[in-house]
Amino acid sequence: MSILTITLFLPLAGALVVLFLPQDDHDRIRRVSLAATGLAFLASLAALAFFDFGRREIQLIEQAPWIPAIGVQYKVGVDSMSLALAILTTLLTLISIIYSLRVSERVKEYHLLFLILETGMLGVFFALDFFLFYVFWELTLVPMYFLIGIWGGPRREYAAIKFFLYTLVGSLAMLLGILLLYFNMPPGERTFDVLRIIEARPLSGAGLLSQLAFWGFYLSFAIKVPMWPFHTWLPDAHVEAPTAGSVILAAILLKLGTYGFVRFSLPLFPEVFQQHAQFIAVLAVVGVIYGALVAMAQTDLKKLVAYSSVNHMGYVMLGVAAAAAARGRADLAGPAATALNGAVLEMLAHGVITGALFLIVGVIYDYRAHTRGVDEFGGLWGVLPKYGAVAITAMFASLGLPGLMGFVAEFLIFVGSFSVLPVHTALAALGIVITAAFFLWTIQRIFLGPTNPKWMNLPDLDRREAWSLVPLVVLMVVFGVYPRPLVEFLNLSATQVIQLVGMVR
Amino acid sequence: MNLTDLRWLIPEFIVAALAVTLLIVDLLTSEERKDLVGWVGILGLAVAAVAVVRTLLDLGTLGTEGVRILADTYTVDEFASYFKLVALLTTGLVILVGMDFFPRFTRYPAESYTMLVFTCLGLLLMASASELVLLLLSIEFVSLTSYLLAGYLKGSPKSNEAGVKYFLFGAATTGVMAYGFSLLYGATGSTSLYEIAPKLARIGPVGVLGVGMALAGFGFKVSMVPFHQWTPDVYEGAPTPITAYLSVGPKAAGFAALVRTLFVAIPAEAVDWSFLVAVLSALSMTIGNLLALPQRNIKRMLAYSSISHAGFMLIAVASAHSAWARPALLVYVGAYLFTNLGAFFAAILVSLAVGSDEIPDYAGLSQRAPGVALAMALFMLSLVGIPPTAGFFGKYYLFSAAIDAGFLWLAALGVVNSVISLYYYVGVIRAMYLMPAARPTPIPQPAGLRFALAVAALGTVALGVFPQPFVTLVQSAQRLLAGF
Repeated sequence: MSILTITLFLPLAGALVVLFLPQDDHDRIRRVSLAATGLAFLASLAALAFFDFGRREIQLIEQAPWIPAIGVQYKVGVDSMSLALAILTTLLTLISIIYSLRVSERVKEYHLLFLILETGMLGVFFALDFFLFYVFWELTLVPMYFLIGIWGGPRREYAAIKFFLYTLVGSLAMLLGILLLYFNMPPGERTFDVLRIIEARPLSGAGLLSQLAFWGFYLSFAIKVPMWPFHTWLPDAHVEAPTAGSVILAAILLKLGTYGFVRFSLPLFPEVFQQHAQFIAVLAVVGVIYGALVAMAQTDLKKLVAYSSVNHMGYVMLGVAAAAAARGRADLAGPAATALNGAVLEMLAHGVITGALFLIVGVIYDYRAHTRGVDEFGGLWGVLPKYGAVAITAMFASLGLPGLMGFVAEFLIFVGSFSVLPVHTALAALGIVITAAFFLWTIQRIFLGPTNPKWMNLPDLDRREAWSLVPLVVLMVVFGVYPRPLVEFLNLSATQVIQLVGMVR
Repeated sequence: MNLTDLRWLIPEFIVAALAVTLLIVDLLTSEERKDLVGWVGILGLAVAAVAVVRTLLDLGTLGTEGVRILADTYTVDEFASYFKLVALLTTGLVILVGMDFFPRFTRYPAESYTMLVFTCLGLLLMASASELVLLLLSIEFVSLTSYLLAGYLKGSPKSNEAGVKYFLFGAATTGVMAYGFSLLYGATGSTSLYEIAPKLARIGPVGVLGVGMALAGFGFKVSMVPFHQWTPDVYEGAPTPITAYLSVGPKAAGFAALVRTLFVAIPAEAVDWSFLVAVLSALSMTIGNLLALPQRNIKRMLAYSSISHAGFMLIAVASAHSAWARPALLVYVGAYLFTNLGAFFAAILVSLAVGSDEIPDYAGLSQRAPGVALAMALFMLSLVGIPPTAGFFGKYYLFSAAIDAGFLWLAALGVVNSVISLYYYVGVIRAMYLMPAARPTPIPQPAGLRFALAVAALGTVALGVFPQPFVTLVQSAQRLLAGF
């Protein structure tokens, strides 16, 4: 059994244990859940030890027949991008569980769902068989539906079903895309093996079918990202979800979409993607600016953070679109790799930063003020010095302040994209300005200015909250000041994907 | 005819003898001990299932996919054996559940078990009949016992209504089908499916008309649009175990007969029915789904959903050109068997406890009966087709067959319908998990029902997670004894 398999199934094993614990034994349920997510985090780190940093290809592959009759296998493996995202997943799930230790309503179901969700997310990043991939992809939907629907805010039922319906539309469109790929492999070689399908590129030059399959995948990933105009489920889901659910949604589930674009859309349909790259870049830029402007208009801090996600995911998609647009241009291979590298780094940065931001909203809303109106605070830094420092750092990181993680990623995206898509990139740069404006304005309204006497007696971060927030802030600073090892690591997969995109068959 | 041929009929003989035995056992047992009739029935069905497996093995040793006996009127092949196993399993589970249900509503519970076994005999005949008259008779046999079962609760006006409605619709469609069969016979001079096939190419429009009218009869049995109107009222009014039975047993057998008739007797070169079936499939999926959306009664909701699932199964029939078509149908029928029976069993359990079939009364079920709620949630997700459940695997096969046969539009429509169906299936989950219970007291769970639920839930999960053994079975069972 490889380290990936162990990482993948540790949370599920935890879920099984929780399933058989008595419903009211809250302590033991929490401990099992903490142990399972903690071990999964350690296991994902251990995978780094097995990883060969000299190779760009997918490695640590493990495979076993699953449904041999139809060519389906259990096949997992990682390259630097998927491993980094997997570590992000295990870290953020662990942090969410730590934060959720205070959840006291329907504890058993809560932890059960979180653990299943973690296996689902990890499976998406590990899977190298389309059938397996699809199973894990869908496995993330159901727990999130329940997490929003049971533990969410006042409009939770609406938000939960909207999330479920939207993402299911996309998934099923992708399923048709997968089947089109499968049936267009030469008979006798039909397989769901991702690597072999990428190698064979069964739909290259197949005209309409290739377009249909591309847009099938596109719909699925674009809804997940979410790209404008498929984003309307996001504000509802993020705002109504319980804090830890929002963290996972923003930090990981959105990444499933961008990961899909990089892992599947780019190498499978390079021609079609290039054909539509300009258009997709326009959607990305609209997302950047629209997300920023709408965020600026929010008075609800959670909604503000939610819309800032639309904005940030727009940067990621700009980088991906630039990589697609540069296909076949040897002179642009360098910038394309830079843009893609930035996009992948932005996925990680957004995961860490926005994960932290949702926790920050939760800290003030769940157990203290029970309100998150941006205008209802003021001078909060003086009252809650530790909380203020953490929150302000995270917001600076999100607006792209140099020296913090977000800046590095956005810088790479802009540098890379500018050579390929100059106009789009220039417009997207506007988004940076607006983002800076609304975050600074938010900091001013909440943390600076005259102290609102209503909140004079709020307690500062407790241990549980500190344990969940501080590691994220540390990561923002470390990778902001010294990003080189991470950038070099991610560059392995970025250059590999660029090479696959350029490869002519 | 050869007397040794009769050994292929052992399962049918066992079930027939069993039905008669049950009548006698019923006569001899006192009123409190009527459960004995049910247990003998289940035992007998299990023996019959073993006999079916024996025939399968015998076919394997003979190295053939099937044999034709009784002057070619009856075909015992792997395809039929699969549907016989489906019928036996369904009947057994429904009798088991019925033993927790009928004694509460009627003084004469045992006759329903007997009647179910008789119906099962009809289902076995339907799966194997390869001659128009026998086919018509076996369909009628199943229909007659079904009418009685639907109207079984004499005291309940709704049950009576269900019986009468079912009868009136059934009688009309049988008439149409018989007329269609007579056209086929008149034009080809034969009632044997195997002899019709080669002659059909010459007969032109009469053949088309005959095939179309025959479809009406099958369409009625499987609740295909536009022969579906009886479904919601009958499903709602019939005793729930019978509803569960009607939604799976006769539907599966109807598909077996439909596929045998179309694939064996009516080669697509003679009458290209695949597009017609595709259109009917699209209509059934969509209309069933849209009508299910506003339902608040679980039995009516499942009735409309079963129309929609009939549409999904028709995708497989329409994709006849693909090698995936028959495996897809078999996989889907297997998945649907466990999932739909399970959903009805859960509904029975709830209605016995709270006395209602309204979905809002499922509120808080996750607190009152966590296991049942979990199982029900699983069935709902499986009906939507979310992995890793049996329902997903079934839909995966269906879409594969459709794409392979060039019906991409039909697969896309199936996708749209799956998304629509999510809304009403999740309505049940929403009630169970998201809405608070009116009273948080645990609800009673009769042992037989619980066992049947567990079987259904296990089947639903196993077919989704470890489908390989099932696929192996299906790949041999898809072999249908074709013509010459």
